[in-house]
Amino acid sequence: MDAHSRFIDGLEDSPTVATARESIARSSTHLEQLEAESIHIIREAVAESDNPVLLYSIGKDSSVLLHLALKAFYPAPPPFPLLHIDTTWKFREMIAFRNVRTCELGLRLIAHTNRDGLARGINPITSGSKLHTDVMKTQALRQALDQHRFDIALGGARRDEEKSRAKERVFSFRSARHLWDPKRQRPEPWRIYNGRKRRGESIRVFPLSNWTELDIWRYIDQEQIPLVSLYFAAPRPVVVRDGELIVVDDDRLPLAPGELPVIKSVRFRTLGCYPLTGAIESNARTVAEIIQETLASRYSERRGRVIDGDGAASMERKKQEGYF
Amino acid sequence: MNVRSQPSAALTGAALITAQQEKPLLRFVACGSVDHGKSTLIGCLLYDSKQLFDDQIDALAVDSRKFGTQGEKLDFSLLLDGLAAEREQNITIDVAYRFFATAQRKFIVIDAPGHEEYTANMATGASVADLGLVLVAADGGLTRQLKRHLVILSLLGIRSVVLAVNKMDRVGWSAETYRTIEAEFREFATALGIDAIVCIPIAANSGDNVVGRSQSMPWYNGPTLLEYLEQAEPTRGSRPGPFRMSIQWVNRPSPDFRGYSGLITSGKVQVGMPVKIYPSGRSSRVARIVTFDGDLVDAAAGRSVTLTLADPVDASRGDLVAGIEQAPEIADEILTRVFWMSDAPLRPGQNYLLKLATSTATASVEPNLSVIDLDTRQLAEAASMARNEIGTCTFKLDRPIAVDRYADCKDTGSFILIDPETFDTVGMGCVERTCAPRPRWWRWSWPASWRLKRKNPDAAKPTRRSETHFRSLAKAMSWRATGSLDTFVVTFVITGSTKLAGSVAVTEIMTKVLIYYCHERIWAWVPWGKARPTHSPGLQQSLGH
Repeated sequence: MDAHSRFIDGLEDSPTVATARESIARSSTHLEQLEAESIHIIREAVAESDNPVLLYSIGKDSSVLLHLALKAFYPAPPPFPLLHIDTTWKFREMIAFRNVRTCELGLRLIAHTNRDGLARGINPITSGSKLHTDVMKTQALRQALDQHRFDIALGGARRDEEKSRAKERVFSFRSARHLWDPKRQRPEPWRIYNGRKRRGESIRVFPLSNWTELDIWRYIDQEQIPLVSLYFAAPRPVVVRDGELIVVDDDRLPLAPGELPVIKSVRFRTLGCYPLTGAIESNARTVAEIIQETLASRYSERRGRVIDGDGAASMERKKQEGYF
Repeated sequence: MNVRSQPSAALTGAALITAQQEKPLLRFVACGSVDHGKSTLIGCLLYDSKQLFDDQIDALAVDSRKFGTQGEKLDFSLLLDGLAAEREQNITIDVAYRFFATAQRKFIVIDAPGHEEYTANMATGASVADLGLVLVAADGGLTRQLKRHLVILSLLGIRSVVLAVNKMDRVGWSAETYRTIEAEFREFATALGIDAIVCIPIAANSGDNVVGRSQSMPWYNGPTLLEYLEQAEPTRGSRPGPFRMSIQWVNRPSPDFRGYSGLITSGKVQVGMPVKIYPSGRSSRVARIVTFDGDLVDAAAGRSVTLTLADPVDASRGDLVAGIEQAPEIADEILTRVFWMSDAPLRPGQNYLLKLATSTATASVEPNLSVIDLDTRQLAEAASMARNEIGTCTFKLDRPIAVDRYADCKDTGSFILIDPETFDTVGMGCVERTCAPRPRWWRWSWPASWRLKRKNPDAAKPTRRSETHFRSLAKAMSWRATGSLDTFVVTFVITGSTKLAGSVAVTEIMTKVLIYYCHERIWAWVPWGKARPTHSPGLQQSLGH
């Protein structure tokens, strides 16, 4: 947004910012370590793959992952395309951001939608979040991986997000049917990754495994990584659904008779399909303010994900079936 | 639409960032037998140090009522046991990585499963740890599985261990019971080369001596567990070390740029520094250190970089870029310490893929296999190595690769073994030495616990490199002294002339020292007629004595 860039341009000369930058640079050893480790993982994955792909979800973690991929292969461009699973229910801003960003970087983008699911009229509102996620995300991802014969897929999942993710390997093996067997994960000592697989099998690789939400924000701040504006607080029209603040992104969200969206200052800690993603009330308009809010928060970031609440161990089950 | 993230203008923000980042990170692995309360302890650490979010505590309360074993109280083990099967059976199957921070420092706690069935997952977690937190139940004592974990910690070179004697409430907070366990533990761990040991009596259920001090054990006046972890300085191999970077990727965006990308795992590199590419041994100099954020003048261990070289040398993925001092070994036969993780045992004659740093070679198992007895800590000859066993093994590789001793350079001295058919990871190991002789200092720098003691150390010297130049020269001189004396005596007896005998002997010394030396070197290159390296049956190899 222009207003924002002008804001930054104005700040460039201010001495306060210079001081802040220096102190960040001096004390960035922890982030440097994480960065080097992630770049190492990305290079290992690509070197051991015949046909790699980066799963790009447009969120903050994907943005960091993409930034690290640019660093890993510099001065060459990353030697793989980006894959976005488009459920057709993403925030409009996300899609616009995706198109601008990939165009800017000159990267190949594959946007895949489950046409069959679309034809069956699957949607998050009447079909329920569970069926929608299964058909439009999990099955769609499997379709895309099969269709393009990708054997290694890089993703931005982190171990601090969720309990079953905390147990997953950096190189996470998938059977020819894309299934994850949590009881039989390959041992993964030191930083030696086993990228071998037979025909049809694949490996999901998570270079951000050891990052926390706070690390992600600090890195975004340090590296000035562009983000969708939905992460920053702004007045947006919201309705309340099952205790979650849902932003009315378009007219597909049915309103009760007489119901009117209320304008609130909200932002998102995590992004997905708009009817399934709860916003939080916040006034944090800058990365620094978000970092402060995150430090003070009493709630985990996945709290706003409606789909995580679909029964106990739901993330693990979705992952076993091939969800990212 | 695009929002450039904004720099932290607020000074408070920057100050917070700085404060958070200056804490030194500690990665520790929590291990010990099943049911001795590891997950409960870690849950307790997270809860008491206020690391849990409200929605996580709410979910935990619901789970505790459903699966919990603590009645109405929160069952902390359910916080970490994130897999459905783990919650059903109330055991930990796979290793969990949890992040937490206190005002003093940041932690990554690696919760390792205690079940023997899942020891491989424990080893996975322990391989990246700086410190081991070993849990033993006061009413359970040192179990076989705990000993196995200690041997694995020792194999991985972890020298700092904190012993938490848990469930002190079950033994009536008895100082005597605690001291008995402490003494037994110290004896066992010290013999394995673990030299920094701290013991703390705790009760994870009630939180005694975990974060807050226990009222029930006035006889203990050492630190609480969290106090200790906050100030612990684990002994790690932080010596500067020789420069090592394994090539992961050759970066060639255009015909006039050829860069070698990798993670610097040891030492330091700078522009203009002479380097060698191994195993070929070709020399060059570093022309540029390229990164996305601009070229660097120098770079140290822990950075991912792309190097360009001054000469057009041939190098590819799997090769090692190293400094010219303290060169790595080039070997096609390595003696290693191995932890075996597959149901199918490791047997001589079998082939595996051995991945060390970024290079992969086919490795065949030589016959000199030995396995550690957990009770006596002795290495004994064995026909095979079963799952969860630890021992030593020699691998013959299909081609020479560049390796270091694990104790010198962890990343170029450790490897995994991959089954060539299923591609499963079946073993992990550390390079003890290559099968060429080492200088004396190298042999003595081994931790005593891992040194193989042989009655006749020279019995098995396998390769064509087994004769050093100094040895050949010394042999040439001693032989010549003996031979020339003989020549002098024989010449004197025949001719009766001391002058003639003397000059023949002196001339002979001059010429034949050189001839003998050349002759020895030529023979040193001929592998024909040499015995294979085997440990003779019944040869006692001991560990730790």
